[in-house]
Amino acid sequence: MDPSSPEVMLTFYRRLYPFKSIYNWLNHEHAPTKLFTHREFAFTLPGDVYLRYNSFNSAEELKKQVCTLNPTRFEIGPVYSARPKDKKTVRPSAFSPRLRELVFDIDLTDYDSVRTCCSSASICRLCWTFISAAVRVLHEALTEQFGFKHLLWVYSGRRGIHLWIGDKEAMELDDEGRKAIVGWFEVIKGGKEMGNKVHVRLSATKNNPGVLPPSLQTALEPLATLFSSLILTDQNCFASKDGYEALLQLLPEGNVIKNLRKKWEADPDRHSADKWGDLKSEVKRFDKGSSTRVTLTAALEDIILQYTYPRLDAEVSKRRNHLLKAPFCVHPKTGRVCVPVDPTRVDEFDPEAVPDVGRLLRELDEAEKMEVDGEGWDDHNDWERTSLKPYVDMLDRHAMGLMEEVRRSKIEKIDTTW
Amino acid sequence: MFKAAQKSKASIKTEPGQVDWYSTKPYPHRLNFYDRPPLFDVTIEEFETCAIDRLRVLAEIESSFVRNRPWDDLKTVTEAQSVKYLPLNANTARHADTESQRKRDHLGHFVLRLAFCRSEELRRRFVKAETTLFRVRYDSDDTSEKEEFLNSRDFDWITVDEEEKLLFSKELQAASAGKNDGFSREKYYKVKWTRVPDLIEKRKVFLKAGWAYVPGREQSSIIFQEFETNLTRALELTAKALPRLDEDSRLVPILSNLSQGFLVGVPSEWNGAPVAGEYVITAEMVDELARKNFPMCMRNLHGVLRRDRLLKHSGRLQYGLFLKVLGLSIEEAVAFWRKSFSKMTDDKFNKEYKYNIRHSYGLEGKRANYPARSCQQILLFDQPKASDCHGCPYRHFSHDNLQTALLSAYPDTLTAADLPEIMHTVKAGHPHVACTRVFEITHSQFGVKKGEGIGGGESVTHPNQYAARSRELEKAKKELEAGPSDESVAMEV
Ligand SMILES: [Zn+2]
Repeated sequence: MDPSSPEVMLTFYRRLYPFKSIYNWLNHEHAPTKLFTHREFAFTLPGDVYLRYNSFNSAEELKKQVCTLNPTRFEIGPVYSARPKDKKTVRPSAFSPRLRELVFDIDLTDYDSVRTCCSSASICRLCWTFISAAVRVLHEALTEQFGFKHLLWVYSGRRGIHLWIGDKEAMELDDEGRKAIVGWFEVIKGGKEMGNKVHVRLSATKNNPGVLPPSLQTALEPLATLFSSLILTDQNCFASKDGYEALLQLLPEGNVIKNLRKKWEADPDRHSADKWGDLKSEVKRFDKGSSTRVTLTAALEDIILQYTYPRLDAEVSKRRNHLLKAPFCVHPKTGRVCVPVDPTRVDEFDPEAVPDVGRLLRELDEAEKMEVDGEGWDDHNDWERTSLKPYVDMLDRHAMGLMEEVRRSKIEKIDTTW
Repeated sequence: MFKAAQKSKASIKTEPGQVDWYSTKPYPHRLNFYDRPPLFDVTIEEFETCAIDRLRVLAEIESSFVRNRPWDDLKTVTEAQSVKYLPLNANTARHADTESQRKRDHLGHFVLRLAFCRSEELRRRFVKAETTLFRVRYDSDDTSEKEEFLNSRDFDWITVDEEEKLLFSKELQAASAGKNDGFSREKYYKVKWTRVPDLIEKRKVFLKAGWAYVPGREQSSIIFQEFETNLTRALELTAKALPRLDEDSRLVPILSNLSQGFLVGVPSEWNGAPVAGEYVITAEMVDELARKNFPMCMRNLHGVLRRDRLLKHSGRLQYGLFLKVLGLSIEEAVAFWRKSFSKMTDDKFNKEYKYNIRHSYGLEGKRANYPARSCQQILLFDQPKASDCHGCPYRHFSHDNLQTALLSAYPDTLTAADLPEIMHTVKAGHPHVACTRVFEITHSQFGVKKGEGIGGGESVTHPNQYAARSRELEKAKKELEAGPSDESVAMEV
């Protein structure tokens, strides 16, 4: 089944897309609030037509419009100070973004320089490990360090993952706060031409490499394990000449580089794990505590970070008014649904196993054949009868957490007024 | 808020029962978070001058950003401007009237809030400049007075106790970037991480469950951020309340003038027309002065006048008033224009032009003494049309024409290598910064260095100010050179 066919998409929106769950997640309450009514939705129609500044009063209204326009996908923006659909009629100064989930976008294309299994759009189980490592590091830091509680991870449909943080404090962040948090996580910096992309050490001087900030020190240990399994074994990143030259470029000591290059040129089939071992022995030749040893050890840590630390698309997170594809949209190329991902089981997540729109419609057909008395679709959540169910349940649980938070804060308010 | 100014002055006096005499002083501290609006009567004149003086300081901070001045330079320039326009002394200063200084500081800040709350862009720039001014003052504040100021406000931070400090000693020390010598003595303060975004962005603090552990020496980050956040919020509120202020029609033009001053430089009136003495000029001298001392706008008008032997009305007005204020007497002005319009008959000149010249000198018609146009007026009013030559070359010329014009106007002092820097500020929409930079380059022979502007880091805000400063520098150099030659004469005796 062609996921780009309008009939397929229309059936998907009419029968499977969980509008009510999306509404609850965005609205934080049962009765409509500005969180939903002042929220921007943007639609992408076939032929690259892009409709911005739509807004709706209810889940039903949103569903009606989606079914009328039948977009290839739609995106969610910020909550504005006025209804986005009234943008043209309100004073420009009275129309500004106010609230917005804190969002992150991680995409495997940013890992092209460190993955050898696939390139550009393609993806396999091996390279998904980069994503799952990023999810684990970010999830841990955002909850433990920043204290966020309501994180929704969503598969982007092809080779990446999105994160939506719905805590009140996250929603209220201004652009400066967003920029700050991006700075905290932006460890890998610089384009293709930049060799060393990690410059994070505090109080580095000419003779002293400085220390890692505590947050990165914490992240380093699990990443070192990952480095060994993913970079050295799975990806075998330093096997090719280009691969090991990129590694040598990151070393600060001329003699070490010379020795290693000589050794590796003589043994072209040498495995990455052995090469890393060679490098470590070279480092150990310097006295413990000597400044060369300290500098080289720091360089090894930086290399581990450069190859494994999360790589963010920073621009997506920095501004409140950035739009991001809604969960449960269908990726037009793969047909896969952008489903929520459980961060505690992200290692087991298999992008290839994600239900695609064709499979879902077939499941629906079969379920109907099985049923004796066919019920009407509008009193029934059709997605419950397909493999979409566990994913919608995940979104519902997440939305419940947010709604519970609002309910509790309302009770507290009443308490304090008494 | 200025409705409140109608209240009597008694409103700032102490409440009965307050014992601490110190707190009854309206301004116990040099630093001010401007939490309360001024509640005293002000005259329209005070209202305006306080604001303009403060604007001169803020405008210089803005151009420091545009010019990428390092912090220390910015501080020096800002302090120099402050001494001139907005002095603010410590409590210990013996001979300063600190109360009235602080009152002016307070008033000026609030007037500018009214002027700058009107658009998001203005608010953003005002907050940035004001926060920088606060930082400059904070940096130079007396340590014990700073302490008193900090104690006078609740910054809502939690002091980290010894137990917790020990618990996280490893992380805290790592975040302190290896400066561990003073760890046992260092105090830590806990604040919500959103209150120190700059420290978060650079990973300079230990962060746990949303709390940033800020070491004492980074405490100022919390304070600056607090200042910025407060002011941003207050400006948004003022913007909402502002329509009510429009009732007072006397204030509206002043306020819009002020905000425009921020966009294109401070409104400036140059009343320094010399009556006599060595700065008085004659018609004969104008060619040489134009070559040596005029800003680009006047260089251009002079060039056009010489080339076409005519100048259109707006150009005549801009140039004529400039020459008047430069020191060209009415007689010399008539002679200058008569000679310049060499294609014209005496009869036509006398009938159509002489009157206008005399008029601009206040000798005809309503006999007003017209001031010369400031940069602000040149930039904002009487915009040149395609066939006009007046205006500001840094704003109204095409980029190509501007570069050619600059190279031919200052062939000895300005080279093509200087152009990228100048054009960068032109393209960024800062004509007065470009003009100031050209002044510096073309006056480097007199020892003017990059960043000094027309003196003390000040930017060009008036063509006459440019020319006057240029002539001063030239004269000072001549005197210096004349010095040793006198001496050698003396030696010959
Ligand atoms: Zn792969």
